[in-house]
Amino acid sequence: MNIELRDPKYLMKLSKLGSFHQSKLSFLRSFLNEFKDWEYKRDLFELNEKGCGRAVYSFSKNKRTYSLVCFANEISDEERSDRVIATKWDAAFALHDGVPTKEDLERLAHNVPKQEVGRLSYKELTLSRANKSIRMFNHVVESLSKGNQPDTELLSKVGYLYRTTAVYGSGKFGLADRFRIKNREEIFGPFRLEMMLVYLVRQFTFDQVNHMARYKNPNTAVELDQNICRNLGIGNSTGLGMAPFIVNHPMLLNNWILARETALKKIREIKEASKKEISIFKNCLVKSLKNVTSWNTDSDFQNKKIKQLNEDLEKFIKFLNEDFSFKKAFPFNNIYLWAEENLNDECIEYIVSIMMEPYDEITKPLINKMSSDEDRYFNIPINRTIEELRNILENRYSEILKIDFKKKESNQNFWFISKNKEEPRMANRYEIEGSNLEQPLAIARDIKKLYETIFTLKNSLKVGKFLKDNNHLRHVVRRAFITEKFPYAEIQDNTIGSKLMPIDMLRLKLSFFGAIKFDPRSDKWLRICMFQGAPLPTDLKSFDNHWIYNSLN
Amino acid sequence: MISFSEIETTVKRATRSKGFSWGIAEEVGKNIRLLEMFGLPGIKNINQYFKIYNNENFENINVYARVNISKKFFCPIISGVNFFDQSSTISEFKQIEINNLAFPLLFIPFVSRTSEIIGKRIFLKIDNKEFLFNFNQSIYSNYLSGDIVEKSEKINLQFLENKNSFSENEWSELYKISENTFVEETEESKQKAAGAGLTDND
Repeated sequence: MNIELRDPKYLMKLSKLGSFHQSKLSFLRSFLNEFKDWEYKRDLFELNEKGCGRAVYSFSKNKRTYSLVCFANEISDEERSDRVIATKWDAAFALHDGVPTKEDLERLAHNVPKQEVGRLSYKELTLSRANKSIRMFNHVVESLSKGNQPDTELLSKVGYLYRTTAVYGSGKFGLADRFRIKNREEIFGPFRLEMMLVYLVRQFTFDQVNHMARYKNPNTAVELDQNICRNLGIGNSTGLGMAPFIVNHPMLLNNWILARETALKKIREIKEASKKEISIFKNCLVKSLKNVTSWNTDSDFQNKKIKQLNEDLEKFIKFLNEDFSFKKAFPFNNIYLWAEENLNDECIEYIVSIMMEPYDEITKPLINKMSSDEDRYFNIPINRTIEELRNILENRYSEILKIDFKKKESNQNFWFISKNKEEPRMANRYEIEGSNLEQPLAIARDIKKLYETIFTLKNSLKVGKFLKDNNHLRHVVRRAFITEKFPYAEIQDNTIGSKLMPIDMLRLKLSFFGAIKFDPRSDKWLRICMFQGAPLPTDLKSFDNHWIYNSLN
Repeated sequence: MISFSEIETTVKRATRSKGFSWGIAEEVGKNIRLLEMFGLPGIKNINQYFKIYNNENFENINVYARVNISKKFFCPIISGVNFFDQSSTISEFKQIEINNLAFPLLFIPFVSRTSEIIGKRIFLKIDNKEFLFNFNQSIYSNYLSGDIVEKSEKINLQFLENKNSFSENEWSELYKISENTFVEETEESKQKAAGAGLTDND
């Protein structure tokens, strides 16, 4: 049986993309698999009684070492802010390429805590900062110092001790450019070093609470129970900064989605599932329910989606138990078709993710195809014709061409870079000044403009010649030819319309990171949790691949 | 040190702020990154160009001819974009001349990228500075000072034919040496090789 890949026109709608969940393809899971046989070490740990100071953690294999350099600072409660405009954080981190020398540590001590206003070097790969979830952190230190384990029910409400508020890589603030390291096999998957940083930060948070509890009361203090540690992750506050990324990296977006879709297609094409495969699928499904029932958010938008997901999952489990047989040929295709007909997007995509769990042999080869060499397709093919360009627009952008941009609400928003923090922002163009400095993220509007411009032009006209008088459309001409080759490169929606929910864009990216428990705080930012339930560094030699569904929280 | 990624982003934004379209700004961002990677002073030149850009009227080469002359200086960005976009027709000229090009180093990346897409080496002479573009893989040049070049009165550009840089004899001599890695085949292995024993007229 040959199953077609899902149609981008249907899949690449923001409401659909905003329903994606983590899966075996997610970057934090593939990071753990890649680095499981690397040697983990805590190389330096020099904190004072308040938990301030520096620490270094590393992963090494053969002659390669990656070192996380941590700087823990003392800040007042008033200074603590997750906003990107903050200037002080409880801790700041950089992932150093190799073993840092004393000079490196001094240089980093002067720069890493300053974050965006500091300067890094080509020897550093990623940069981040994090703030304590102060209620959780203090409770844990207090309990441990008295010889008690913390209240797991309280911990489960939050799921982490620290929240990162930004993770930077790829040449930002002087960090190493991607090209310097892109041939290293261990980082072929996207965002692998960002994942390493977050993972090691998680370990630092455990070591820090143990250290502070011991200082507080050396006679009674106990260490945080390892099982509790495993069920804590790292939080993250994510705002609009992340949204333009998926528009600005069309090939990367394509490769992520294509990997997911290829996995789904191959799984639907499986004629018979073995007992073991069925059991993994069912087990993960049942265990995953805990992740849904412990998903706390104050967001009405998300609560509605969670409620719907819960109801749909109940419906699905009833169907599996009462009306479905794995003995019938192509069981996962049958499940998928039933889900399409009976469930909502949130649950369909949830099931798609769980379908991947038994099939390492399908997902593993796809992981290394999720990066991209974007420079390869930068040049516009100037010898192609207007007829070919028009065909691309009609085939690849048919949903976008239906949008009526004469309507005010279709143009309501514009994306810009803020002056104070150089971060992407969105505003109502009819209320806020600055739309003349709009970023080129209104792809749907500009594609439609391109289509209208070329509609009546001669078929044989060469693109190079067309551009001579139409360079204002050059950016979308480039995109159209990229999208011709990469069907999932483009969001098939209006990114400036009044109905846009930017958190759908954030959710899409975060699901590929492997985040869970999306907690929207508005339509423009959300909190998430990463690595909750993950093995600790000392567990990496042998751990359960389906750990994400084992969380007790 | 400023990373290449920062260079590309900042140049793109700066170019846009000077009134160029986003599509052109993307090209210029990539170009300056390329110049800096090849060790040429891209940032110095673009910075200086933008300082004077709004005060001087530059001409554009809209459609390339074999000889392109203007009393005012040509803008290297628009002239470069059009050079790239028209490269398939321009290469038919075999060589072209541009008189009066402002900041000619900013024109160079367009030529380098063109060398890659048309699959030919390009030789460029900016007054007495010589550049050989090798399919956008490298730039060979006698220009090493790293200075800002504000103006060039005469630019000659030549599309080089794809031909070997060595004689047939030199190639044969080398090939003969390479043959020392080959092993003489036995009669038996010849008879069992692919296609052996079959008629090829089936």
